[in-house]
Amino acid sequence: MKPLTLLSPTAILGYGFPISSLDRGLSFDPDVIAVDAGSSDPGPYYLGSGKPFVSRGAVKRDLTLLLRTARSRKKPLLIGSAGGSGSKDHLNWCREIIMEVAREEGLSFRMAVIPADVPKEFLLNGLENGRVSPLGPVHQLTQSIVKESTNLVAQMGVEPLIEALDGGADVVLAGRCYDPAVFAALPIREKYSPGLAYHLGKILECAAIAAIPGSGSDCMIGILEENRFLVEPAGLERSATRTSVAAHTLYEKSNPYLLPGPGGSLDLTGTSFEQISDRRVAVQGSKFCEADYYTVKVEGAKKIGYRVISIAGARDPRFISQLDEIIDGVKARTKDNFQSEQGNYHLQFHVYGRDGVMGPQEPNPVNGHEVGIVLEAVAEREELAESVLGFARSTMLHFGFPGRLSTAGNLAFPYSPSDFRVGAVYVFSVHHLLKLDRPQEIFPVSFEEVRS
Amino acid sequence: MKPLMDLAQVIRTKNAGPFELTLDVIFRDWETYNRVKKSNALNAPLIAKIYGVPEEDVLQAIYFDPACAFKATMKRQMPCGNLGERDIYGAQQNAPLLELQIPWGDDDESNS
Repeated sequence: MKPLTLLSPTAILGYGFPISSLDRGLSFDPDVIAVDAGSSDPGPYYLGSGKPFVSRGAVKRDLTLLLRTARSRKKPLLIGSAGGSGSKDHLNWCREIIMEVAREEGLSFRMAVIPADVPKEFLLNGLENGRVSPLGPVHQLTQSIVKESTNLVAQMGVEPLIEALDGGADVVLAGRCYDPAVFAALPIREKYSPGLAYHLGKILECAAIAAIPGSGSDCMIGILEENRFLVEPAGLERSATRTSVAAHTLYEKSNPYLLPGPGGSLDLTGTSFEQISDRRVAVQGSKFCEADYYTVKVEGAKKIGYRVISIAGARDPRFISQLDEIIDGVKARTKDNFQSEQGNYHLQFHVYGRDGVMGPQEPNPVNGHEVGIVLEAVAEREELAESVLGFARSTMLHFGFPGRLSTAGNLAFPYSPSDFRVGAVYVFSVHHLLKLDRPQEIFPVSFEEVRS
Repeated sequence: MKPLMDLAQVIRTKNAGPFELTLDVIFRDWETYNRVKKSNALNAPLIAKIYGVPEEDVLQAIYFDPACAFKATMKRQMPCGNLGERDIYGAQQNAPLLELQIPWGDDDESNS
């Protein structure tokens, strides 16, 4: 079996990469360029609202270089979890950027587009027929939660991507994907070991994060052989080490030995990592165990209201020493003032310099000589969030307490205006497994000829 | 006793999906790792205690030889981004681990 070479340019499309690294990566003569564009890490807003979390300009920069490279070398380019969350809005956003780049660069190619949206009716039927199960410590899914969700996506496996490659796609633009799928698709199509292909994909999806020094914006090379794979960062100032590669297997996962995905699990109990040169690591022994049923992870988010915040500092030692009582007092005054709105708003004070990051889990909740306070109000109606926040902010500014010296005001605001409308607030509503009859069932592949 | 931060090269936390928080301790070398592993100084009840959560909320506590690492995964305090959230990525929740005292035997006390 001839070795298959994969190039992962960056951890997330739009995070960038040095051109020198891309050039060095190309010196390995890669058979495929693949890039993951998504993550649920930045929270529910992006899936819920359909907005990207990487800027358009940054994505266009990366796509210009990657499309130019892939087309000049006549190698496939696969993009997974387009736009960050991989819903139809994200996919369309990324498709438009690709079309713009193609026009500007005079590129022509055959493109496959694969949406990953789960139709509400399909999920409701699945729920009724016992095809949905919770994934980890998550709430039970109900019909009303499905109906309230704004966007529902499922993580596709390699099968729809392979269908796109079989159909002659030069560029594959996919909605939400299981992160390693864009890397594993071509190798599995070419009959390489799925265990090694998925494990290599796991490492490549974060590009040079698995190197030392790590970077989310640099290229990584993977070379897949029959019984092992090799990884090496493209940038010469970085190295892949036994520890850096093995440690990456832990990253963002619950259990490093068993990594479940669409259609089965990656089993790393027999995996070994070997340093074979200064900058290169070999990995072997990873196995893919097919599951009895083909399941995909479904992600959903729903809108719960609007957020308004205010940012302030406090320096007065007497104010800081009585902060808990003052916050309780402000909450009580706010409650009293908005009696008819009880239960309709959420009011929170983040106290930085004490426990703003860890809250009740903070092991050392001691006030500094100054504290930063973020006041936050969330309500279904933006006007209510704004009224509650404004009231709480002005009440805190002028709150009287025993021994108060700074009677002109308790808070230092860095900005005018002091209050900010953050916009809509979403929460994750679905994080469940859905059983499919076949892997492509909800991932229709369509082809288009891009001509410039 | 030695603080964990003197024994490890990485002590990090991160979301493992929106509903779980996972913490990784990567030790500085195989000997250190093996010594901690053999004494089982890091374990699920201890993680529950220092994070102030019920033991059943610690879903996994595993030693991973290939990376000289200990890994524990907990139920998140709340789903990522729910009202009350403080750390969307879960990347700054390592503080309770840093000063954690690991039994190191009397012989080493004089050297520490």
